[in-house]
Amino acid sequence: MIEIDVEATLGDFALAAKFVAPSAGITALFGRSGAGKTSIVNALAGLLTPSRGKIVVRDEILFDSARRINMPPNRRRLGYIFQEGRLFPHYSVKGNLLYGAKRNDAASFDRIVALLGLGELLRRRPGDLSGGEKQRVAIGRAILAEPRLLLMDEPLAALDAARKEEILPFIAALRGALDIPVVYVSHAMDEVIRLADALVLVDGGKIAATGTVEELTSRIDLRPLTGRFEAGAVIRTVLRGHDKVYGLSELAFPGGRLRVPHIDLPLGTPLRLRIHARDVVLASAPPSGLSIRNAFAGRVVEISPDKGPLVDLRLDIGTPAEPVMLWARITQRALADLRLVVGSPVHAMVKTVALERPSPGTGRGISEAHEAV
Amino acid sequence: MLTLTPVETAALLLSLWVGLASMLFSLPLALAVAWLLARRRFVGHQLLNGLVHLPLVLPPVVVGFALLVLFGRHGPIGAWLYDTFGFTVAFNWKGAALASAVMGFPLMARAMRLSLEGVDRRLEAAARTLGASRWRVFWTITLPLMAPGILTGAILGFARSVGEFGATITFVSNIPGETQTLPLALYAFTQVPGGDPPAFRLCVIAVIVAMTALLASEIVARRLDKRIRGVQ
Repeated sequence: MIEIDVEATLGDFALAAKFVAPSAGITALFGRSGAGKTSIVNALAGLLTPSRGKIVVRDEILFDSARRINMPPNRRRLGYIFQEGRLFPHYSVKGNLLYGAKRNDAASFDRIVALLGLGELLRRRPGDLSGGEKQRVAIGRAILAEPRLLLMDEPLAALDAARKEEILPFIAALRGALDIPVVYVSHAMDEVIRLADALVLVDGGKIAATGTVEELTSRIDLRPLTGRFEAGAVIRTVLRGHDKVYGLSELAFPGGRLRVPHIDLPLGTPLRLRIHARDVVLASAPPSGLSIRNAFAGRVVEISPDKGPLVDLRLDIGTPAEPVMLWARITQRALADLRLVVGSPVHAMVKTVALERPSPGTGRGISEAHEAV
Repeated sequence: MLTLTPVETAALLLSLWVGLASMLFSLPLALAVAWLLARRRFVGHQLLNGLVHLPLVLPPVVVGFALLVLFGRHGPIGAWLYDTFGFTVAFNWKGAALASAVMGFPLMARAMRLSLEGVDRRLEAAARTLGASRWRVFWTITLPLMAPGILTGAILGFARSVGEFGATITFVSNIPGETQTLPLALYAFTQVPGGDPPAFRLCVIAVIVAMTALLASEIVARRLDKRIRGVQ
């Protein structure tokens, strides 16, 4: 368990953050630039001393103002991966990797080098590396110091889209290959959905909400934080079947099945899918004669109190035992024509081609985080 | 082509020796002062800064005279040194080295402070998160990254020492073989009839020494610079 309760004043910015995160899986700190995400991570790492508060990681007190405990950063054993990599320019790649290595263990060194694909780079110098390579070396360097928790502060923000795609699988692979919990700072929702299990929303130096990615992205009141225009619910599915003839795969969720373009993964793989509110079409009667393959019967749960021409609806398309939340964005005019109110039965449709590529998400540690908060 | 007379050889070797000694003596002190000025904020920060720069703006004779008063055999520090360690800097090469060290100190400390201020503190923070103590961070990150500044400071200090005149002649006088460095020997020649040709020869020697030091530092600096920029 990672318990944070800190207050700090940085210029005219006040940070007052309190939350509990699971010490397993990836916890995302999500919020706008300047929301205080980096300050929270710096307080964790010991690079920023809070004026008051307490930080506990896996039962060890790192900071406690009441008991005058402030463990120096070098004794906290938290790996920190910075936005700009921060490789030591006067060391080779190998020298960087070994800088924090606790023991001279060739096997674990080779394993991390292989996992991050660094074999070719070992003798190079940081100045000769691409942005993506630098970040991979920085990740390897942090892991080889054997941290009990990894902190990643927007590790992809300085990279272009292609380089991001180069790094993302490595970070996702860390979850499987190493049992190190990660606190991942980001202001990009797509990264959060691909990587995170638990989500902490940071706004104006405070914690706005904590919970699972699925839960928080489906809450209408949090839309200003989770993103108005990119808005969409995240649903958890399991890969159930492949349709070789049409090149489709089937994903099951409580209450239905979704067809998506073929996914090259074994059956039974848990996958997370984000469905944008703008890609969901509503009908008051079961649709027929349409090209849309994904149609689900559900019920309106919530209607956003928006004044503009558009309105967001939250729908439950799951079962009574396991609700599954979906968002739909329609016009006020359509809302009036369909006479939709909270509780109305409704049919939701999603075009297969509108679906983003699902991302692996085990969902591990989510309920733990949620209950603890 | 250029065969040195005994006087010239003595002056040249003494200059190099005095320069080297004063440089080695000043290095750790200048590093400590640079650290204080660049990284610490304390009462008297401005005062220390002013004090360090004083030799740069004072007439060298004033510095020489002050040293004479403080470090002479009967001066407060000089007498104590002699009584405690049987050690004196008055009218010997050690005095010449001390005078050069004081005169070269501002240049040295300044170059080091600038390079220290240029060291990316975020790299030091990264090293701390990797488990390095403050001390290890200093030796493995800070010091290597400020190496070009240390080198520049050392060369400037050395060059200033080799060229030092006013403070040296005031403090330890002009004793051939003991305190007569190149500039002092040159000055001595200009004071006697027919001394111009030997004075000119010393000029040439001074130029050769200076050029060699500059070229060597340039080559080393380029290497160091490549190294800290992280390219092969």
